[in-house]
Amino acid sequence: MTTQMLTYLSVGASFALYIAIAIWSRAGSTKDFYVAGGGVHPLVNGMATAADWMSAASFISMAGIIAFMGRDGAVYLMGWTGGYVLLALLLAPYLRKFGRFTVPDFIGERYYSRAARIVAVVCLIFVSFTYVAGQMRGVGIVFSRFLEVDVNTGVIIGMAIVFMYAVLGGMKGITYTQVAQYCVLLFAYMVPAVFISIMITDNPVPQLGFGSMVADGSLSDDGSSISVLQKLDYVLLDLGFGAYTEGAKSTMDVFAITAALMFGTAGLPHVLVRFFTVPKVSDARLSAGYALVFIAIVYTTAPAVASFARLNLVDTVHNTPYEQAPEWFSTWQETGLVDWEDKNDDGLMQYSATDANEITIDRDIIVLANPEIAGLPGWVVALVAAGGVAAALSTAAGLLLVISSAVSHDLLKQTLMPAISDKQELLFARIAAAVAVCVAGLFGIYPPAFVAQVVAFAFGLAASSLFPALLMGIFSKRINKEGAITGMLIGLIFTFTYIVYFKFVAPEFNSAEYWLLGISPEGIGFIGMLLNFASAYGISRVTAPPPVEVQNMVEDIRIPVGAGIAHQH
Amino acid sequence: MPEETYHHQGENLPPETHNDQRVLSEQDAKRYWKANLSLLTKLLTVWFAVSFGCGILFVDWLDQFSFFGFKLGFWFAQQGAIYMFVALIFIYTWRMQVIDREFGIDDEQR
Repeated sequence: MTTQMLTYLSVGASFALYIAIAIWSRAGSTKDFYVAGGGVHPLVNGMATAADWMSAASFISMAGIIAFMGRDGAVYLMGWTGGYVLLALLLAPYLRKFGRFTVPDFIGERYYSRAARIVAVVCLIFVSFTYVAGQMRGVGIVFSRFLEVDVNTGVIIGMAIVFMYAVLGGMKGITYTQVAQYCVLLFAYMVPAVFISIMITDNPVPQLGFGSMVADGSLSDDGSSISVLQKLDYVLLDLGFGAYTEGAKSTMDVFAITAALMFGTAGLPHVLVRFFTVPKVSDARLSAGYALVFIAIVYTTAPAVASFARLNLVDTVHNTPYEQAPEWFSTWQETGLVDWEDKNDDGLMQYSATDANEITIDRDIIVLANPEIAGLPGWVVALVAAGGVAAALSTAAGLLLVISSAVSHDLLKQTLMPAISDKQELLFARIAAAVAVCVAGLFGIYPPAFVAQVVAFAFGLAASSLFPALLMGIFSKRINKEGAITGMLIGLIFTFTYIVYFKFVAPEFNSAEYWLLGISPEGIGFIGMLLNFASAYGISRVTAPPPVEVQNMVEDIRIPVGAGIAHQH
Repeated sequence: MPEETYHHQGENLPPETHNDQRVLSEQDAKRYWKANLSLLTKLLTVWFAVSFGCGILFVDWLDQFSFFGFKLGFWFAQQGAIYMFVALIFIYTWRMQVIDREFGIDDEQR
């Protein structure tokens, strides 16, 4: 069977599975739709959270980005995992005790204000839509390369699938499809990684492999055997690049980016809402732990994949005559994501950090092309295609759900039309999900030119707006609505302005000498967060404390069992 | 509708929270919260030390040591910090369970 056939088969089979699960787990009430009935086992929730969390960016782009960044790639590895510690210790158990359905629910009630709820809804919608655009694009890339259909057709097929299980099943449908999607994406990520690790180092564990000795017998100058990372350092220095295991970014910038990603992770609504679905407070704690285990398996493998891929790339391409270029090079060249220009007319492909470089490679193809670069069999390539789609769809569905519940629950039920019944609210939730799917699809078909860059938005904005409001809402009884609303707005506006200025208004100034404190737009959410904390604290000090019922509610959510005054109405 | 109104139709509270009485005296609630905060402080110190400390601030200094074939600072940045994060959450879960039990508010037993 050809690789093409195998790919159709694996992607088709995974789609059939997702649809079957969607039909089996339809939502019957708003509680089913928003929080899967609140009865999800912590292990199942952990797995669903992992799939929800690991997006097309994690699956498709991250290892490629690390491969080209070297040690600095750790900002993504630590930033996108360290946030779970904050989530588990500082937010998830308390939000679960609080109950209800959405993140704006908490902000609206803790800050006893519809204005606060609306600000939270605005933050949520902005964060989630910027994030979802990238997912649909990821689906498009996978489809156009592996299934050889038009990118737009790919996006429409992806939309149709998400529509099926997000609109029908809500959180309940999403939860169980995400479990299936996690299994698909884990398998698809690990199989090529293990194969390649064995090929390069004889060690089947990629996490250990990239520190192991290379199996091809390469020796260092003094004749001793060398490890993958040492060889990579030699090879890259030889070509004029920086050493792989040394950083190029300033310590300040690395610190700020990591912090923005961590605090942003803890403030992402589609992740937070997953902890509303487990039955008990202790389950919320445990569930965050399981989620991080499932995520860590992929995230500790990614840096190994990155170093193997970079090494393989140099080995198979550099100084190779173009006529003898490996097959993957020409297949990817057709998509325009890989290119070669024979600057010195010698027919050889030169890879270098200098002007003599003749090869351009898009970072997004590293994971997708890795099995081909390593010469792995067709079924592995097919598996990776199914994994990429699973990663993109699971995250897209989770994001669409928080958008739809913010509209139907926070905007309609709690603000504009409090009289609607549960059935009507469920209908509105489905309509909102359907509209959100279509908008996301439009983003995929007409991608804004800045899809890759807006990722910085999502995390920076979540860190600077939602995270401080949630944290202070739990750990301080003194922060009042004036403080929280001012804080959220200052954090949001500051971060938004900084990113827009350097990314879109004046990109020519987007370099370290013009940045505030040497912090790039990717990391500025950290400063936005500090401003949020400071202004919320300052304003709260000079205005009236929150009403006593709210202070009692805060006392109540700090204790895992029992009820306080907050819901004695 | 005044802003202060709460409405909790179809609320999603954990099953054991529907008995309307305080389970801890005011004093116990304070002690419980203090125990919680002291645990959080310890765990978050480790969290900061392994990621921002070993993986970023002291990464170059740690790189002089070798660990399973890796430079130690590089290993913390790309592997070690993540393993520690996982461990921290499970230690937290376990210690909180112990504290909850001590105060008789362990939701596993209800």
